Amino acid sequence: MNVQTEPKRSKEELIEKLTQPDLITGSEILLRSLLLEGVDCVFGYPGGAVLYIYDAMHGFDDFNHLLTRHEQGAIHAADGYARSTGKVGVCIATSGPGATNLVTGIATAYMDSVPLVVITGNVATNFIGTDAFQEADITGITMPITKHSYLVRDVNDLPRIIHEAFHIANSGRKGPVLIDIPKDVSAHKTIFKPVTDVSIRGYNPTVQPNKLQVDKLIKAIEEAERPVIIAGGGVVYSDASKELIEFVNKTRIPVATTLLGLSGFPSAHELWLGMPGMHGTYTANTAIQNADLLISIGSRFDDRVTMNLNGFAPKVKVIAHIDVDPAEIGKNVKTDIPCVGDVKAVLAYANTKARPAKNEAWIAELQDNKVKFPLKYGDTETELKPQFVVEMISETTNGEAIITTDVGQHQMWAAQFYRFKNPRSLVTSGGLGTMGFGFPSAIGAQMGNPDKLVVSINGDGGVQMCAQELAICAINNIPVKVVIINNQVLGMVRQWQEIIYENRYSHIDLAGSPDFVKLAEAYGVKGLRATTKEEARRAWQEALDTPGPVVIDFVVPKGENVFPMVKAGDTISDMLMGDSE
Amino acid sequence: MTTTKHTVSVLVNNQPGVLQRVSGLFGRRGFNIESITVGESEELGLSRMVIVTTGDDNTLEQISKQLYKLIDVIKVVDLSANPMVARELALIKVNAEPIMRPEILGIVETFRAAVVDIGPASIIVQVVGDSDKIDAMVELLRPYGIRELSRTGATAMIRGSVR
Repeated sequence: MNVQTEPKRSKEELIEKLTQPDLITGSEILLRSLLLEGVDCVFGYPGGAVLYIYDAMHGFDDFNHLLTRHEQGAIHAADGYARSTGKVGVCIATSGPGATNLVTGIATAYMDSVPLVVITGNVATNFIGTDAFQEADITGITMPITKHSYLVRDVNDLPRIIHEAFHIANSGRKGPVLIDIPKDVSAHKTIFKPVTDVSIRGYNPTVQPNKLQVDKLIKAIEEAERPVIIAGGGVVYSDASKELIEFVNKTRIPVATTLLGLSGFPSAHELWLGMPGMHGTYTANTAIQNADLLISIGSRFDDRVTMNLNGFAPKVKVIAHIDVDPAEIGKNVKTDIPCVGDVKAVLAYANTKARPAKNEAWIAELQDNKVKFPLKYGDTETELKPQFVVEMISETTNGEAIITTDVGQHQMWAAQFYRFKNPRSLVTSGGLGTMGFGFPSAIGAQMGNPDKLVVSINGDGGVQMCAQELAICAINNIPVKVVIINNQVLGMVRQWQEIIYENRYSHIDLAGSPDFVKLAEAYGVKGLRATTKEEARRAWQEALDTPGPVVIDFVVPKGENVFPMVKAGDTISDMLMGDSE
Repeated sequence: MTTTKHTVSVLVNNQPGVLQRVSGLFGRRGFNIESITVGESEELGLSRMVIVTTGDDNTLEQISKQLYKLIDVIKVVDLSANPMVARELALIKVNAEPIMRPEILGIVETFRAAVVDIGPASIIVQVVGDSDKIDAMVELLRPYGIRELSRTGATAMIRGSVR
């Protein structure tokens, strides 16, 4: 595969070349600046307003540019790259429709705090505001879903703006930053003066915690009898996994990990309770409902975790909240001990003081629940169950793969049945719940992790929202294993219609879907199908043995539901247990 | 928790779109805007917005925290937490046939307002003060027939040297 480009010259040579004060165009300034930011891969799609930028890219091979088949594919790929590497994901699109095609991906990244720098072209500055061809006010459109945005009016501002954008995207609470570059700005020439320092008045995220607050937390732990941690995406984003494990080992507090927090804490740890919330485990939800001390670490009390807030954690005496974004403290849930700061820094300090909680009876009770109420499903020898497919992938990859998922039932089964070991090994759209995310995000994850196995788990609905990106897997030999859990329906919608809308199945039948094996082959990608457990094992092994990309269509029954389930409006005590009831 | 009126001062970078960022945030998050005024501040390149809003203490805390998340927001102060001066300006064009003018001028004088234009059958009254004073003035002039009314919304400052 040609995912990783060997450096063409040493880093010193490159920097020496790039930092020359040459008279160059805005487009060349952009490319040089991206290289100086350490960018090795961008995803994009050219068009009229970015032609100068793409012209500057002609013959330019200091970083990879992947031409996706849709701008949505580009931004989800950049997102997958960012989530799986911790680096800033970069994508480029043209003005108007190119830019608006990015909106779903920008919102996805914003909801999940993913660092992206999104570069869009715009019409020339003298055309802005005239309803010119392919003009859209993309900074205005994306204002609610970006951490910050820039409309560049002067080429001389470009080096500063690009440097600021990378800084803002990947510091504090991370998020997408948009840079809109009018066509004439990308064409104008100026002397390139690289910017290496950053000073943004009013932007100074709190990294180090207030020690008094953390001391209060330590004291609360000493006094608690039934403490529980809810660990979220912030643990993963601040690379605080090791610190969290140390904190748990020292305090002996059980941990529930949210969807985005799943890879931040090893599933094999004895104090792991599973995922809380709507499709959370009995043990995690019961633990939260009976806890007297709740410690949220890099998690924002999302409604899919808390469900009905009126019945959430009714026995809690103290809620502590560790978050880098002060606006999250007290937003949904009243907090007694706010710890604003980078999760890694807060836990590192807490670990210097942490002592075991007096909660052995509590741990025993939860361990008992784990044994009595495990996640299970009605497995049979005759049918291929979706949960079996996920378990098979989990076992054969030994939890070492990077898993990306789309959104729906398969996402929840992946969350429930894959045993995660390493941080950043789950790439999934949590906050926005974006169908179409799973497959292109895997392409980005593979570009950022050329040596790792990347498995993209999709439903037959979502995979059709960005299936065109099979082309870039084929021509670039990006060896993503594309798993389709094919139940021929919109599964999660079907489940809700069954349970909440009294079996009134309305517009969920995906009849007319393509033959996914032939679809893969049409793009030049190997396609495999399995309808039984035996076939599934064989097809999966063949996929693993194949060096390039593979699509595996696992045909499963359409009636399978995700359990446990908490219905919207209910509290997390009201779990429907399904087959395990 | 009780809902009360708050006057919030927001110091921002004077960038294009900054008003949209701030007002958009209020709309998106369901915060109320009773009035918003923007103008230059004491420092070149920075503008000051004064926003009058209603909400309980939690809402006010969220307003402040969410505003601070905007990169262009430099400082947020709840002015109404301190003794403050708030002023609003209104221009009121009121029917004023010559025969009625002495009566209207009497009201204007009492309120220490000013007549800034006189037409054949109307005058424009300029009044500066807190919202209540302007409300009162408007009510007194209403019987004469208000043709046009334009109010600025409040701008405000903390008294003395409290920061």
